Amino acid sequence: MMNLRPTALDAAGPALFQGSEWDFDKLRRVYDAIEEIAVGELGLDTYPNQIEVITSEQMLDAYASIGLPLMYRHWSFGKRFAREEALYRHGLMGLAYEIVINSNPCISYIMEENSMPMQTLVVAHAAFGHNHFFKNNYLFRQWTDAGGILDYLAFARDFIAHAEERHGVEAVERTLDAAHALMDHGVHRYAKPPKLNLEEERRREEERRLHFERHYDDIWRTTLFSEEKRDEDEVAAAKKRAEVRRQLRLPEENLLYFIEKRAPRLEPWQRELVRIVRHISQYFYPQKQTRLMNEGCATFVHYTIVNRLHEKGLISDGALLEILHSHTSVVCQPDFDDARYSGINPYALGFAMMRDIKRICTEPTDEDRDWFPDIAGNGDPYGTLRHAWANYRDESFILQYLSPRLIRDFRLFKIADIEGADTLQVNAIHDDRGYREIRAALARHYDLARHEPDIQVKDVDLAGDRCLVLSHAVHDGIMLDESQCEAVIDYIAELWRYGVRLEEVDAMSDKVIKTYEEPARR
Amino acid sequence: MNIIDRRPNPKGKSLANRQRFIERAKDEVKRSLVDALKRRKLGEAESGEKISIPTRGIREPNFQHARRGGNREYIVPGNKHFVVGDKIDRPRSGQGDGRGGKASNTDSGEQDSFEFVLSKEEFLDLFFDDLELPELVKTNLKETEATQLTRAGFSIDGSPANFNLRRTMRNSLARRISLNRPSPSQIAAIERQLEFARAADDYEAAAQSQHDLEWAQRRARRFAFIDPLDVRYNRFERLPKPVTQAVMFCLMDVSGSMTEAMKDLAKRFFLLLHVFLTKRYKHLDIVFIRHTSNAEEVDEDTFFHSRETGGTIVSTALEEMLRIVRDRYPPASWNIYAAQASDGDNFSEDGERCAQLLVNDLLPVSQYFAYIEVGADATLRHGFPSPPTDLWRTYAELAPLHANFALRRVAEPSQIFPVFHELFAKRRDRAA
Repeated sequence: MMNLRPTALDAAGPALFQGSEWDFDKLRRVYDAIEEIAVGELGLDTYPNQIEVITSEQMLDAYASIGLPLMYRHWSFGKRFAREEALYRHGLMGLAYEIVINSNPCISYIMEENSMPMQTLVVAHAAFGHNHFFKNNYLFRQWTDAGGILDYLAFARDFIAHAEERHGVEAVERTLDAAHALMDHGVHRYAKPPKLNLEEERRREEERRLHFERHYDDIWRTTLFSEEKRDEDEVAAAKKRAEVRRQLRLPEENLLYFIEKRAPRLEPWQRELVRIVRHISQYFYPQKQTRLMNEGCATFVHYTIVNRLHEKGLISDGALLEILHSHTSVVCQPDFDDARYSGINPYALGFAMMRDIKRICTEPTDEDRDWFPDIAGNGDPYGTLRHAWANYRDESFILQYLSPRLIRDFRLFKIADIEGADTLQVNAIHDDRGYREIRAALARHYDLARHEPDIQVKDVDLAGDRCLVLSHAVHDGIMLDESQCEAVIDYIAELWRYGVRLEEVDAMSDKVIKTYEEPARR
Repeated sequence: MNIIDRRPNPKGKSLANRQRFIERAKDEVKRSLVDALKRRKLGEAESGEKISIPTRGIREPNFQHARRGGNREYIVPGNKHFVVGDKIDRPRSGQGDGRGGKASNTDSGEQDSFEFVLSKEEFLDLFFDDLELPELVKTNLKETEATQLTRAGFSIDGSPANFNLRRTMRNSLARRISLNRPSPSQIAAIERQLEFARAADDYEAAAQSQHDLEWAQRRARRFAFIDPLDVRYNRFERLPKPVTQAVMFCLMDVSGSMTEAMKDLAKRFFLLLHVFLTKRYKHLDIVFIRHTSNAEEVDEDTFFHSRETGGTIVSTALEEMLRIVRDRYPPASWNIYAAQASDGDNFSEDGERCAQLLVNDLLPVSQYFAYIEVGADATLRHGFPSPPTDLWRTYAELAPLHANFALRRVAEPSQIFPVFHELFAKRRDRAA
C-alpha cells in the first residue's frame, strides 16, 4: 500500500538532525520546520501546541485514566492500569508513541523512548494532524469545549474527592459504578449541550445544595403528598399520563441525563456525580464517531509532512526510512483470513481514503469523474480534504467519499448472516453492482446509533409505583447481551431506587419480545 | 509552542486507583494467591506475584448487543475468490477471527480472567492480611530502657542551640507594644520633623520636636528591644520508649530420615514464617537451629541450603535453644517464639527428655511454640492418622495442657498456607 517516493534531488540545506538521539533543541527545530509545511502548504489551522515529554510509566498512567491528564479516582482506572501494565511487561503490547488531548492548548504526550525520527512523526501526527481535526471538525466544535475541559476535569476530581470525604468512598464508588455502566447512554445525540463553564458548575452545585437545605421539611418527607382520587375517569388518567410524559420530554435517549434530572431519591451530590460522568461521556462522543477520519487525517498529515521534510533535505534517508517503517506497520490491513485480522484498521482505511481523495483531486480517472463530479480534478487536494475533515463524521464521510477504486484495492465484500440459515452468504463484492451496497453497508457499520443499542426511557409512573420503563428498539432481531443487561439494570435500579423494567421491542412490529425487571430498592 | 519535560513529575499517578482496584478484587485476589503459592519456588516468596483472577467482581457491564442471533451484515477486506451468491460455512462459535470474518467488533466481550502483577508489598500485605504474631503485646512493655526526646513546650532557660527565635520575638513585640516603646521608624519620623522645623526656622516646633525626640530616645534606651524576660527556649523531655523485642527460633530436623520432599515442606513453612516476621515486626531476631543427632546454630543460608546426614535426637535442638535463650535472650526482656519442623522421627528414649525440656524450661518462657510435622503420608490428611510418630505422640499429650503450644501436620505444599494461617490467624482458637 506504500510507495516510497524517489529521493529528492533538489535537496536544499543540511538535515535538521542526524542519528536517533533526540533532545529539546532538535525537537524545537523539527517542530518549526513541520509547522512551516503544515501551515504554509497544507493550510492547517491548529490550537496552540503544548508538547510534553513523558516516560513509559507515565504513559501507562495516562492510558489508565482514559488519556486524560487529570481524572478522578476510581477502581476501574486501576483495573485498566493493571491490565495494560501486564500486557506491556509481557511484551504483548507496544505503547502508543503519543497521546493527544482535545484541549486548548492542545496537549500531546510523547515518550522519551522514541527516537528522533519517531518524535518527528509523532509531532506531525499529533500536534498537527489530530490538533487540526479537533479544532475544525464540526462535531468537536459543536460538542466539546477544548478550552474548558481541563478546568472541568479539575473541578470533577475535586468534587469527587470532596464527596468521598463527606459521604465515604464506598457510597461514591457505588454511584460512579452505576453511572459508568450507563456511560454510552449518557450522551445527547442531537441537541447542542450548553458550553461547560466552571463557575457555572460550581454555582449550580452550590444552589442545589442550598435549595435542598432550605426546603428540607420532615413533614413533607414523611407524609403522602396527595390522596389519590379513586373515581378518576380512565380516559382522563390516560390523558394525564400522556401529559406527564410530554412534560418529562419522553422518550429520552440520554439515560444519565434523565436520571440526573428525574431520579426521585438521589441525593444532590449523587446527581452531580452522574452529571460529571455524563459530561465526560459527552466529551468523548465525537471521538467515537470520528475515529476513522481522525486517524486518517493525522496519518495523512504526518505522511505528507515527513515526505516534504525529506524532499526539502531536512531529514536524512535513514530517518525517512525509519519513519516509513513504522508508518507502514500502522497502516497495515490484514486480509480477513489472516491470523492478525481483527476488523478493519481505521488507520489503514482512513489513510487510504485521504490519499484517494488527493488522487481524485489531482489525477482523476473517468470513473472518478462519474462518481465524484464535484471534486474530481479540481486541483485543490488539501482544500478538499480540509473541507471533508471539517464537515463529516465517519459514517457520512464513507458514504460520501469511499471510491470504487478503494473498494477494489481493499477487495471489500459483504457477508449476510441471516438468523437460522446454515451458511453465511456473500451478497456484494467489488464490482459495479456491489460498490454502492458495500459503501452504504460500511457506512452503517460506522454509525454509532446503529452500533450501540438503541435504548430510551419510555415511561415513568411518577404518580404510582414510580417504575422506570426503558425500551430497547430491536433492529434485525439483534437482542441485548443478557448477562450484561441484567447487571446494568441492577445498576440503574441503584440510581433510580424504584422498580426498573426494560422491554425489548421489535422496531418493526412494536411487539415486546423480552422483558427484564428489577424490583425497587428498599 | 511549548515543550515541557514531564519526566521528573512524580510517577505512580495511578497508585491510588490501583489500590482501590485491589481492595475491590480482594477476595478473588487472595484465592488466586493461595493457588499461586502452591506453585511457587522458595526463593521467589518475597518477590511480586503474577496472579490471574476471574472477572466477576470487577465487571464493568454496559448495554451491548448479543453476539449471536438476528440478521447481520459484515464488510470484510481481502476477498480472494468469492462472487455474489457464494455460501460460506459459519465460523464455529468462539473463533471470532479468521474464517468468514465474524470479528467485526473486537473490543466487545469480556475476558474470562484477568491477569496482572502484584508488587512485592501488595503481595505481602494481602498474603498476611489477617495474621499476627500471637501474644506479642503481653510482655513487650517490660523492657523500656530506650528513651526518646520529645518536644514539651517552651522554657525560660536552655542551651543556645534550643533558642526559639519566633517565640522570643513574639514576647518582645508584645512587651514593646504594651510599654509603648517608640519604634525606630517613629524616632526617625520625629527626627525628620525636627529637621523640617529647623529648616523652616520654626523654633517653637523645633523645640517641641527636640523634646519629643529626647523623650523617645530615653524611653527606647530604658526598655530594651529584647529583654531577658522575652527569651524562650524549646523544651525537650526524655520519654521512655517501648521497645518491642522478639526472637523467633526456627528448629529443623535435617537428618537422613528427612527426605528432600519433607525438607522442602519444612523450608516452605519457615520461609513463610520468615517473610511474615520480617514483614510485621521490626525489632526481631531470628535464630536458626538445625539438628541431627546433635544441634547447632547456623545462619539462614546454611539453614535452608546445606545438607547434613545423621541420626535424630530432637532434644539436642531444644537444649541448644535453651542454651541460646539463657545466653542471649533473657525471657524477662524478650518475647520468645519457636517453630519446630520435623518428620516426627526420634529416638524413642528421647521423647521423655523432649517433653521435660518443653514443659519445664521452654514453654514457660515462650510466648508460643509451634510444631509442624511434615510427611508424605497421604493418610495424614484427615484428622489423626493410624500410626502417630514418636514425637507426635509425645507432643500430642502436651498440647491440651499448654495454651501456647500447638502442633499441626503438613503433607503437601498446598497445605502449608492453610496450616500457617490457622496457627497465626488473629483470633486463634486457643484450645487447638
